[in-house]
Amino acid sequence: MESIALRCAALRKSYEDVVALDGLDLEVRSGECFGLLGPNGAGKTTTVEILEGLIEADHGEVEVLGQRWGRDRQRLRERLGIQLQETQLAEKLTVRETIGLFRSFYRRGVDPEEVLRMVGLEEKRDAWVRKLSGGQKQRLSLACALVSDPDVLFLDEPTTGLDPQSRRQIWSVVAGFRKRGRTVLLTTHYMEEAERLCDRVAIVDRGRVIALGTPSELIASLGAEHVIEFESGGHLDVEGMRRLAGVRAVAEENGAIRLTVTEVHRAIPALLQELNRAGADLTRLATHHATLEDVFVSLTGRHLEDDDDVSLN
Amino acid sequence: MRTHPLYELTLAKVRELVREPEALFWIFVFPVLLALALGIAFRTQGQEAIPVAVQQAAGSDWIAEALDGSAGLRAEVLASGPAREALRSGKVALVVIPGNPWTYWFDPTRPESRLARMSVDHALQAAAGRIDVRASTTRELTERGSRYIDFLIPGLLGMNLMGTGMWGIGFYVVNARSRHLLKRLLATPMRKSHYLLSQITGRLIFLIPEVALLVLFAAWVFEVPVRGSLLGLAVVCALGAMTFSGLGLLVASRARTIEGVSGLMNFVMMPMWIMSGTFFSTARFPDWMQPAVQALPLTAINDALRSVMIDGATLLEVGGEIAIGGAWCVGSFVCALLVFRWS
Repeated sequence: MESIALRCAALRKSYEDVVALDGLDLEVRSGECFGLLGPNGAGKTTTVEILEGLIEADHGEVEVLGQRWGRDRQRLRERLGIQLQETQLAEKLTVRETIGLFRSFYRRGVDPEEVLRMVGLEEKRDAWVRKLSGGQKQRLSLACALVSDPDVLFLDEPTTGLDPQSRRQIWSVVAGFRKRGRTVLLTTHYMEEAERLCDRVAIVDRGRVIALGTPSELIASLGAEHVIEFESGGHLDVEGMRRLAGVRAVAEENGAIRLTVTEVHRAIPALLQELNRAGADLTRLATHHATLEDVFVSLTGRHLEDDDDVSLN
Repeated sequence: MRTHPLYELTLAKVRELVREPEALFWIFVFPVLLALALGIAFRTQGQEAIPVAVQQAAGSDWIAEALDGSAGLRAEVLASGPAREALRSGKVALVVIPGNPWTYWFDPTRPESRLARMSVDHALQAAAGRIDVRASTTRELTERGSRYIDFLIPGLLGMNLMGTGMWGIGFYVVNARSRHLLKRLLATPMRKSHYLLSQITGRLIFLIPEVALLVLFAAWVFEVPVRGSLLGLAVVCALGAMTFSGLGLLVASRARTIEGVSGLMNFVMMPMWIMSGTFFSTARFPDWMQPAVQALPLTAINDALRSVMIDGATLLEVGGEIAIGGAWCVGSFVCALLVFRWS
């Protein structure tokens, strides 16, 4: 059954004089894991909170599981599991008590002990929330979203600021939920997270969707699978590099030159020859498989995580 | 198996409060300490002799002797400099300057000094040979229920109902709001009324030990009586707790930060600390202020508590106070429900 779990069309939302959403369209199919990928301030959280019925759009249509946020909100909420980006759960309740509290709000759902197992917090069952690490807190927050056995799970930056191991633990819980045929909408500014978890990704920038597709489709849209980055001391004809063998696109950024290429093994000899001819030194050279990050860079000229280096540490 | 959300929310609130030692101190220990301190401070009032000074001059020894010999006065002879200093600093209530006539030097705004003036004059006139035209005798009032501590304890109880109700709910709710926990709860099917109601049920659970502790302490240490029915006392306490819970909820309904709600709380409670008859009678305020003073919720609760505890009034007899408290309770709860900010 291919049906639409979440749909919004032409969403607009402004806060005072800041435009958060500028005509955003989205369709999430039942049973898929859908990612909203974009830098901070792109409008991801606003989109998700409108879909969750927590804030109202200025304009546009919203449908969740075929219904609008109208009068019978509680019935719709019964079927959703929500994790908000900024929530800090009560510090002096235990893990088990917190899950039990959330369980009591739903008519149907999973046994709290079962959810504890799902997120791997059995050992922390009787610990106060205050004593948990960042990753454990995030898994508890996930548990509170899963305790209703929801049809749709909303995750707003579920792994921001977490270490790689905690991140992988969260990914495996989300992947398990998705395997049971449920729908996930998550936001992230980590391209790796989007590539690992998501069936489809919408790249969001400045309140609009600027690209949509499976991660591999989006990467393929670059028309090339690899990226060569290098820096050089000499004076180079950057535009002229486009004519080198296997090169599809050229961009210059902060003194570094990026070549998007189809075949690394042909492009590199050609590049070295060109540098040699121009008498320029090579101070740095790196290549990698093209990622969603490269898609974002090619669409906007900016990096996804530019302004967020702190939270990676 | 699912427990009722109101039960879980109440339990969460009680658990969080019990795990906060500071909160327990302010709810349970502080009122008892306050009652103890004030009870001791005012215990011996009126029993001690009033200190007066006699300025050094011809005849001052005779005056000092006459004053020392009479009940309720204690005199010492001082040079004029030290006498003035003692009067100014309040060490003595009055200075007698010998001569003809005797001069009584005192501050008429101090009740103790006015009393000293009358006692001193009476003692000196009698010593000088004045004969009273009619004989008189005295009977002293020492029965339980009419001392200052008997006035004070119901007031402290009322003040504690206000403080616990307002702080306990104000801090809890604003803390949850600033942590975006209220917004997270809003994202569940939880009924908003259950959350607000759980604040009041959680409050009522603490009421029983809190009231029992203060009342038993006062009965044991100061022999403060409970003359009305315990049921009547329980009803008035429960009403007080709910009234101030509603008011606390209203005060906390919009604030986003603890600092913001603290200021607001103090602003709301300050007039009631002073004007609601906790430490001294509301009759001290002028007539034109009385309508406002009597309309305050703490005034109504204090008056009702005092009537039930000390005068043995029935609930029917404090119906007016109960109506005022009830109106505040319903009014503030409804307003809080309307303007409450969840995110």
